[in-house]
Amino acid sequence: MSGLYLPKEYLAILLFIVLGVGFGVVTLWIGQFFRMKRPYFEKLVAYESGNPPTDEPRMRFSVKFYLIAILFIVFDVEAIYLYSWALVYDKLGMFALVEMFIFIALLLVGYFYGWKKGALQWEK
Amino acid sequence: MNMPLSLSAFIPVLPEIFLVCMAIILVVVDFSYPRNREMLGQFTLYSGLGVILFLFCQKPGIAFGSMFIVDSYSVFFKMICLFGMIMTILLSVQYLKVEQIRQGEYFSLMAFSVVGMMIMASAADLIVVYLGLELMALSIYCLVGLLKDDARANEASIKYFLMGGFSSAVLLFGITLLYGMTGTTDMAGIASYCSQNAILSNPALMVGAILVLCGFFFKIGAAPFHFWSPDIYQGSPTSITAFMSVAPKAAGFAVIGRFLLMAFPESHGQWGSLLVVIALLSMAVGNILAISQTNVKRMLAYSSIAHAGYALLGILSGTSEGYSSTMNYLLIYGFMNMGAFGVVILLCSKESRRESLEDYKGLAKTNPMAAFLMLIFMFSLTGIPPTAGFIGKFYLLKAALVAGYTLPVIIAVIFSAISAYFYLRLVRYMYMDDPREDFVAHYSPGLTTALVISAAGVIGIGIIPGSLLDWAARSLVGF
Repeated sequence: MSGLYLPKEYLAILLFIVLGVGFGVVTLWIGQFFRMKRPYFEKLVAYESGNPPTDEPRMRFSVKFYLIAILFIVFDVEAIYLYSWALVYDKLGMFALVEMFIFIALLLVGYFYGWKKGALQWEK
Repeated sequence: MNMPLSLSAFIPVLPEIFLVCMAIILVVVDFSYPRNREMLGQFTLYSGLGVILFLFCQKPGIAFGSMFIVDSYSVFFKMICLFGMIMTILLSVQYLKVEQIRQGEYFSLMAFSVVGMMIMASAADLIVVYLGLELMALSIYCLVGLLKDDARANEASIKYFLMGGFSSAVLLFGITLLYGMTGTTDMAGIASYCSQNAILSNPALMVGAILVLCGFFFKIGAAPFHFWSPDIYQGSPTSITAFMSVAPKAAGFAVIGRFLLMAFPESHGQWGSLLVVIALLSMAVGNILAISQTNVKRMLAYSSIAHAGYALLGILSGTSEGYSSTMNYLLIYGFMNMGAFGVVILLCSKESRRESLEDYKGLAKTNPMAAFLMLIFMFSLTGIPPTAGFIGKFYLLKAALVAGYTLPVIIAVIFSAISAYFYLRLVRYMYMDDPREDFVAHYSPGLTTALVISAAGVIGIGIIPGSLLDWAARSLVGF
């Protein structure tokens, strides 16, 4: 029976994938029989999501935006851990407190590194 | 769930914690005292030596609920990684000045990547493996791109980052499949679940294991996952190329060995046939494509693909002799490759990098000592006695032969003979051609030390191989 091992718990996920894909495909397919098909230029341009494009989408951004994004990660990650830590803090006690302070100290080093290297200065 | 409240639970991880602290101090010192940058290299060097001493004294143990294992197997691989770091620092002192690379980040990132490798060597859980792997890889992506104004270095860094990200995704997909089938990411847990439920031949499980292995093969640069290495070896700073060719490879092998032996101990027949294909393909690709290279770093990149193939022969045989011969070979490879890159760095100056094979013409007349050292390292990489390369290859082939892989051994010997062509072509250029320019290499103390250590290692292990082999074999006791 070794080749026939099928975990039953995953059946729901499989069903969900099949139904999800199937719904989209089947509605588009059935719609084909009822809808009219008369394309003209205005119908084919992008609509609802904005104006027709005027420029190349692959324009260059200043590297400063990326630096800000990276610095944001420092605080973002901190917030994720602090939140879950705060929920169970009273059960963990002193050990968790020390651990969290070590974690924050490590993040602060990263923050000061960015600061000293001028990542926070928009114009140099 | 009991929390590891006592501090004694952290004793097995102390070397890693120590090295992390050192890396942080390096960054802090770099931005707070910009004038004392000359000291940073020495500081990293001594902290590396300190960690090695630490590892010698360390007792076997486990931490974090058996996710992190310290045994002599992991210590051996950690030693290779630290050896790689120390040799790279010795090589770097002069090189950093020539290329004008910023020092604080350089040494700190190197220390962080070694921490990643040490975690990989000790990891007994796939999540911890991934953690170590990413720490190692992210640091190396940055190290590769440290030459900011060099177009090739930028290309190499971006390529390595994209390929590395892709391989991590493959690895993670494999881990999820394994977790989905067995309900655990613990390697020993996977093995016991598989044997209890007899699901070893389940296709999803096999796909998961193969995907995980593919992620690791990428890290050791084995064919057909080698395509990144020539461009990246050529583009990155030479000292980093030397580092990348030794330390991450050793960590990758440590993980492959532990993964196969702990998670799939019973299905040796299945992974054996997979590894044969990978090993032979790596030797073929590495040795044949190296012939047509005109750049030394690129040639050594293909040679490192081929050597990954040789080293896989030991793991493939699945015996303790095989494992110890692979460990042995990785250390020997560290000595000879560090030496070869040391000579490449020796020839590098502000005017010209001298990385093309043509630059080696007549080196024996202008710089006899450098040429002689390169001769030793090339002989060792080919596997000519009495160098260490011969001993390493001999034990690998013997282990594979005893395990019954006769045909792969024969093919390996043939490829080894083919490799003699491009290694010895360099020797011919150095000794039999006329020099193109009158150039005298500048020996700095660090570089000289590194070259002497490599040459002594290559010759010493070649003549007296016993003690190293014993050490590698002893490391496997109780694994």
